[in-house]
Amino acid sequence: MANFYKDNKDLKFQFEHPLMKKIVALKEQDFKESGQFDYAPCTAEDAIDSYDKVMEIMGEISGDVIAVNAENVDQSGPVHHDGRVYYASGTKKNQDVLTQAGMYGMALPREFGGLNFSMVPYVMSAEIVARADAGFANIWGLQDCAETINEYASDDIKKEFLPRINCGETCSMDLTEPDAGSDLQAVMLKASYNESENKWYLNGVKRFITNGDAEIKLVLARSEEGTTDGRGLSYFVYDKKWGGVTVRRIENKLGIKGSPTCELVFNNAPAKLVGERKLGLIKYVMSLMNGARLGVGAQSVGISEAAYREALKYAHERTQFGKPIIQFPAVYEMLALIKAKLQASRTLLYETTRFVDIYKAYGFISEERKLTPEERSESKKYQKLADMYTPMLKLMSSEYCNQNAYDSLQIHGGSGFMKDYPIERIYRDARITTIYEGTSQLQVVAAQRYVTNGSYLNQMKDYEQIPVRPEFEPYKKQIVEMTDQYAKTVELISGKDTEYVDFHARRLVEMASHIIMSYLLLLDTQRDESYEPSMEIFIGKSKSWNNERFSYINDFSEFKMGSFLSVKSETSIDA
Amino acid sequence: MTKAFKIVVLAKQVPDTRNVGKNAMKEDGTVNRAALPAIFNPEDMNALEQALRIKDKYPESKVLLLTMGPGRAADIIREGLYRGADGGILLTDRKFAGADTLATSYAISMALKKIDPDLIFAGRQAIDGDTAQVGPQVAQKLDLPQITYAEEVLEIDKTKIQVKRRLERGIEIVESSIPIVITVHATAPECRPRNAKQLMKFKHARTLSEEHDNEHNSYLPLYTMDYLKIEEWGVNEIGGDEKNYGLSGSPTKVKKIENIVFQAKESKKLSSSVQDMDSLMKELIASHTIG
Repeated sequence: MANFYKDNKDLKFQFEHPLMKKIVALKEQDFKESGQFDYAPCTAEDAIDSYDKVMEIMGEISGDVIAVNAENVDQSGPVHHDGRVYYASGTKKNQDVLTQAGMYGMALPREFGGLNFSMVPYVMSAEIVARADAGFANIWGLQDCAETINEYASDDIKKEFLPRINCGETCSMDLTEPDAGSDLQAVMLKASYNESENKWYLNGVKRFITNGDAEIKLVLARSEEGTTDGRGLSYFVYDKKWGGVTVRRIENKLGIKGSPTCELVFNNAPAKLVGERKLGLIKYVMSLMNGARLGVGAQSVGISEAAYREALKYAHERTQFGKPIIQFPAVYEMLALIKAKLQASRTLLYETTRFVDIYKAYGFISEERKLTPEERSESKKYQKLADMYTPMLKLMSSEYCNQNAYDSLQIHGGSGFMKDYPIERIYRDARITTIYEGTSQLQVVAAQRYVTNGSYLNQMKDYEQIPVRPEFEPYKKQIVEMTDQYAKTVELISGKDTEYVDFHARRLVEMASHIIMSYLLLLDTQRDESYEPSMEIFIGKSKSWNNERFSYINDFSEFKMGSFLSVKSETSIDA
Repeated sequence: MTKAFKIVVLAKQVPDTRNVGKNAMKEDGTVNRAALPAIFNPEDMNALEQALRIKDKYPESKVLLLTMGPGRAADIIREGLYRGADGGILLTDRKFAGADTLATSYAISMALKKIDPDLIFAGRQAIDGDTAQVGPQVAQKLDLPQITYAEEVLEIDKTKIQVKRRLERGIEIVESSIPIVITVHATAPECRPRNAKQLMKFKHARTLSEEHDNEHNSYLPLYTMDYLKIEEWGVNEIGGDEKNYGLSGSPTKVKKIENIVFQAKESKKLSSSVQDMDSLMKELIASHTIG
């Protein structure tokens, strides 16, 4: 009888955000479908009320079905047999219930059977599902692929594939190969065009493909013979019915064990081109990856929430030295910090989501009519913000969910190390989040340009302009001081060579993240004072974290880099 | 030939007695309804699922919910609509107040005569009274066959139905003509979840009374669409003999209510010896607690 939406007021709080009504009005294009579809809203209030009620369904299914199945799914996992994958029985059950509830195709247009929800409730669902079972969240979350089809594929492809999403058919995005992981430009899977049949065929191998035996696949393949870089890659859609793809093996993983990770062999598998040739990596996959990174952000926050709740429960239950361990400073400090990091990453998650929501909505409007100059500039502004915030979100939320899972397990003591409590699974599941959909190191690469070109600093200055109530001015002053220190630190590296900047990039991106999350928590506190403790804790910690980074960069000389370079000449003992 | 069935599901709004807190009972031993959340009776939910499965198979079929209770019992009908039902009727009238199972089944059977369904599903029993009487009484009053403790509808055609029953010591497969009343057991498949589209479509559904009392805060004017109207029927709508309704139609009289508190004297201390375990096992088998 658990409801993972209703038991967490931080979620509904997001629907009360001042930007929400604007987002809904853009998404619903002035409610033009009301009357045309019996479930379309007629006002912004109506739409938000529907989001709220549908999230209750999501919360109930997550609490009563998915969370209950999680342990068993983790233990039994999917099975590989005769070239196919069979889900664990709990996974199948989750899938069936969510299909019956109509939770697939959540963000798709209604004409394709979707709910036409904005990104906020969609991302929120991903968070709620991940709290219940992070592995299953991948299978559910791969409906993201449908978003890419909707954005870039032809009308025929849309009509052929999109209505099947709401019926529960699952997706996979087939990007990585044995020699193409972080570096997708190296993809070799071959797409050849048969002119007489006017058809494309795929041949080659893909590795580490989540849910690789899905009904609908998006495949990145080399369509231009003789090319070796990203410009020779195109994007294809493949239907399991067409045959030609077999699962060679599934991986035995540390965590998210319920989500099958497949090695696939494409043997003359027919496929259809999505969008234009040669734009596969440079346009479509980049867009898909941004969506997937937002998804991992949501998944990470969900895992953090689960870790926090397990820690809180155990700290109350466990008695030592005659009192519950939550009474000891060493424990309650850890718990309060877990909560602060959880709430900081959540506020960053939904801020990012709102930016994505607005620019995507303008994108769809622009297909129907010309945007006004104001709309165009607003669309551009939000797209840039989304691009700035997405890598920051992916980096920070995934690192925090790992730190939180670590601390939560620590609070469990020896019991946490045993298989008896859910935290050991949460701890294992958390680990992948800093790795897939671009490692933390690659998120830093994506984010650092916004450090050097001043975009993060400008954004901090924008937050500074938002008035806060007088009693919160001292907090704002602290953040302003942090901002000055950050600007000074950026100065320290400016003009240095690329390797030097790359070397310090993570420190700088983290400093910017701490400041931005501090602002977001301060602004949340203006709307709801229950955020004050987390805000105060987070600002205090951020100050000390940033002091450390500033001091390290300030004391660093180019000479010291040599000590780090020396490791490069060492070889492993086996080599 | 496509088959279509008119199916009515009898559902009751009950206090949630499954998670009983300290204040669940009043001093006089009656249920403190205000302290317990009102829910869709769980076995009625199993009954609804059986009805919806027939509709899945024969999409032309219609599933209607019929519930008796105060105005707020319209929630039950909305819950059913969110899960795939087509409509519902709320039996509500001051004259129904104080009804025991006999008066309740009278009112329901009168409403059913008006609806004239092919199939009537109900939960085996409600968790507030645990009588399991209303379903069978309705069948009796309508002179229809009945199958109780149903777990699954195996086959159905225009004239007959085959049903698996869950009995204490096994299962039984029976066949009957239709129309029929079927009461469904808790071991039957769980009801499907609320569906997002159905919810968004029917969240504006309400009764005329709710509209008048402004209880249902909706953005759509009432009856913009036909399907948004939840019918309310009282004695005027279903007819029948007024003395059979409510308190006057209820022969059940509560003589006394006792609070049973289990005492320590009812407990037994056992050691881990083979003899003690042996005697415990024999006792449990004899009482059918296990085995």
